[in-house]
Amino acid sequence: MKEILSGNEAIARGAYEAGVKVACAYPGTPSTEILENTVRYKEIDSSWATNEKVALEVGIGASFVGARSLVTMKHVGVNVAADPLFTLSYTGVNGGLVLVCADDPELHSSQDEQDSRNYAKFVKIPMLEPSDSQECLDFTRLAYEISEKYDTPVMLRTTTRISHSKSVVTFGERIGAVKEPKLERNPAKFVMLPGNARGRHYVVEDRTLQLSKDGVSLPINRVEMRGTKMGVITAGISYQHVREALPEASVLKLGMVHPLPFDLIREFASKVDKLYVVEELDPFIEDQVKAIGIPVIGKEIIPICGELTPGRVRKAFGLPENASSTVEKLPGRPPNMCPGCPHRGVFYTLKQLNAYVSGDIGCYTLGFMPPLSAMDTCVCMGASIGMATGAAKVLPPEERKKVVAVIGDSTFLHTGINGLMDMVYNKGAATVIILDNRITAMTGRQENPGSGHTLMNDPTNEVNFELLCKAIGVKNVRTINPLDLDECRTAIAEEMERPETSVIITDKPCVLIKREGVFKPGAPLQVVDDACAGCRACLKIGCPAIEWIPSSGKKGKAHIDPLLCNGCDVCSQLCKFSAIKEAK
Amino acid sequence: MSDKVTNIVLVGVGGQGILLAAEILSETFMLAGFDVKKSEIHGMSQRGGSVVSHVRYGKEVFSPMVPEGDGDILFGFELMESYRHLSLLKPGGTVVVNDLCIAPPSVLIGQEQYPADMALKIQDLFPDCLLVDGQNLAIQAGNARAANTVLLGAVSKRLDIEEKYWVEAIEKMVPKKALEVNLKAFQMGRGLK
Ligand code: SF4
Ligand code: SF4
Repeated sequence: MKEILSGNEAIARGAYEAGVKVACAYPGTPSTEILENTVRYKEIDSSWATNEKVALEVGIGASFVGARSLVTMKHVGVNVAADPLFTLSYTGVNGGLVLVCADDPELHSSQDEQDSRNYAKFVKIPMLEPSDSQECLDFTRLAYEISEKYDTPVMLRTTTRISHSKSVVTFGERIGAVKEPKLERNPAKFVMLPGNARGRHYVVEDRTLQLSKDGVSLPINRVEMRGTKMGVITAGISYQHVREALPEASVLKLGMVHPLPFDLIREFASKVDKLYVVEELDPFIEDQVKAIGIPVIGKEIIPICGELTPGRVRKAFGLPENASSTVEKLPGRPPNMCPGCPHRGVFYTLKQLNAYVSGDIGCYTLGFMPPLSAMDTCVCMGASIGMATGAAKVLPPEERKKVVAVIGDSTFLHTGINGLMDMVYNKGAATVIILDNRITAMTGRQENPGSGHTLMNDPTNEVNFELLCKAIGVKNVRTINPLDLDECRTAIAEEMERPETSVIITDKPCVLIKREGVFKPGAPLQVVDDACAGCRACLKIGCPAIEWIPSSGKKGKAHIDPLLCNGCDVCSQLCKFSAIKEAK
Repeated sequence: MSDKVTNIVLVGVGGQGILLAAEILSETFMLAGFDVKKSEIHGMSQRGGSVVSHVRYGKEVFSPMVPEGDGDILFGFELMESYRHLSLLKPGGTVVVNDLCIAPPSVLIGQEQYPADMALKIQDLFPDCLLVDGQNLAIQAGNARAANTVLLGAVSKRLDIEEKYWVEAIEKMVPKKALEVNLKAFQMGRGLK
């Protein structure tokens, strides 16, 4: 059967075909759709974990009792999972374990451009890198074989252009006899006390040497000779751009990017006059090729920042660029919070109160954008609360009051809760706002332990944020309606005054929740033309449904698009002239 | 089958159905026996950001991204986004664009103005430009939301692919209850010259 699949869909299919029994992840663009597709195969138990470290631990547990498991995350998630990952390299596996890590060159939706190939080298485990969706499927299957054959976890690395691009894929069958999970005790291998681990380190080093030797004859590392003038070593999406831009070049296409098959590289180098490495981000292959004494041209011409495109490769090799039309400068079109988003009123209030907002990762990071412009810091998942603690520690009392951490429900459960425990325990004095919109919104509305539903869509236990905060020692916890601006203002202002930790929880859902009955839109509002004084107060919240019509009235007037408005009523509370009313 | 790869760039604003149109294009080309690659950036797509999707088909396609300045067709859902991405098109390329302006945030709040004469400026650079009144035609077909299928019909007329493959792809990708309207919208787009 042939279908057009994205890289993510193909990885899910590959895991299914490889007999995977457990798949676990924390959502993160561009990796998210892998688990949203494994869930279609009832043979695989798919679940969202609270964070990447937990996801990997679930995968490890399943592997140790013999099942093949799949764990997926985006590049920054690997930092969270790094602790168990390093030791897993020492223990090795029982059932095959594949960790998919999706990098995001060009930062399409990330906070940094980390090159996760360095992790494979640092952790000392093999890494495969597919170049299209068919390879995503095939390499996933192969990764399980390598994992079990060499007793190692395997990383499968994709980049945004592999995860989210689609190409034609031919399916295979799910393999029949994968072994049945059962308890097998092997503490010498699975208990990494220093005495055991010391011995395992030798195993890890031998494994890497062996893999490097065997990589020479691994079919996914292949030489394509097309003449001897120019040779290019490349992998992943860069391979496609090289084929596009340099059709005459001979290519060493690496399917396994760690460890490198050095003998194959030597042989290829000896066959061509001039050798290049074309790779995105770090000079990962280049540095290692140079280290074995082979001269090669790489980052002198290939950009180190951002993703490659066929055009950027052409440019690097000094080929003429295609003629293109130049256009005048235009207003940008950044993303915006949805009409009726429950976060809008909170950020408006924070701005009004001149709060110093310690932000986090989620839809609410868009609170940074004008006109709300109410976010002062944002570093990584779960960091907002810890950073607020640090800032409050050193500021004088008047300044200290302004420190407010904001965090979403899913992010709070991810790693924010640790920050809150620390804040309470160490007597930190800042205000924390948990923006509980009942879903992990930014990555595309995934369920989490606060939403009361599993990935496989079963109803489940629902975390009670209020009780949870109290249980870890927060004395001042209150829940507010974020769509009521007066209530927001009173609550936030009062808690900012308090010289100890307090938590405010908002309780209105995201407008995009798929499950019925969670979000109930209100009737759309309209601007009563005669009453609108053109004061622009309603524009301060940046709702996409409200448009300024400069040509209307004396000073211009606001207009609400009835098709976009979700009737949240926030704008009408801003209008002193009562010009915004329910549409008739 | 010639070795030449055909490059299509779809641009517009998140929420306009661009990703579905790109899926239908890809499916059509696969059904017609071509190698197909498609690439796009989503994540922000539902929140009104600018969306670009690349679809390439031919005997063998390597990169999933249309090389800069190699685009054969720009398939635009909104005027300003279409104008913004003209540099992806090769000289003399074809533009099929929806006659629609969607204000970005800075314009909504009255900070900037929506640039004037976008359609004329596109036609200036690319005389082979078809301006489609997608919204009105979609309403005539039975649903304002089928504008993307009207446009798809207009684009289909500019590609050498048998009609049956288009219909088959639409039947596969569009939900049952919206199918009739969409097939009608497609034919109306195809009827435009
Ligand atoms: S997806 Fe949900 S949380 Fe995100 S901006 Fe839209 S309404 Fe707000
Ligand atoms: S009520 Fe006002 S703020 Fe809320 S969605 Fe409608 S226009 Fe936007």
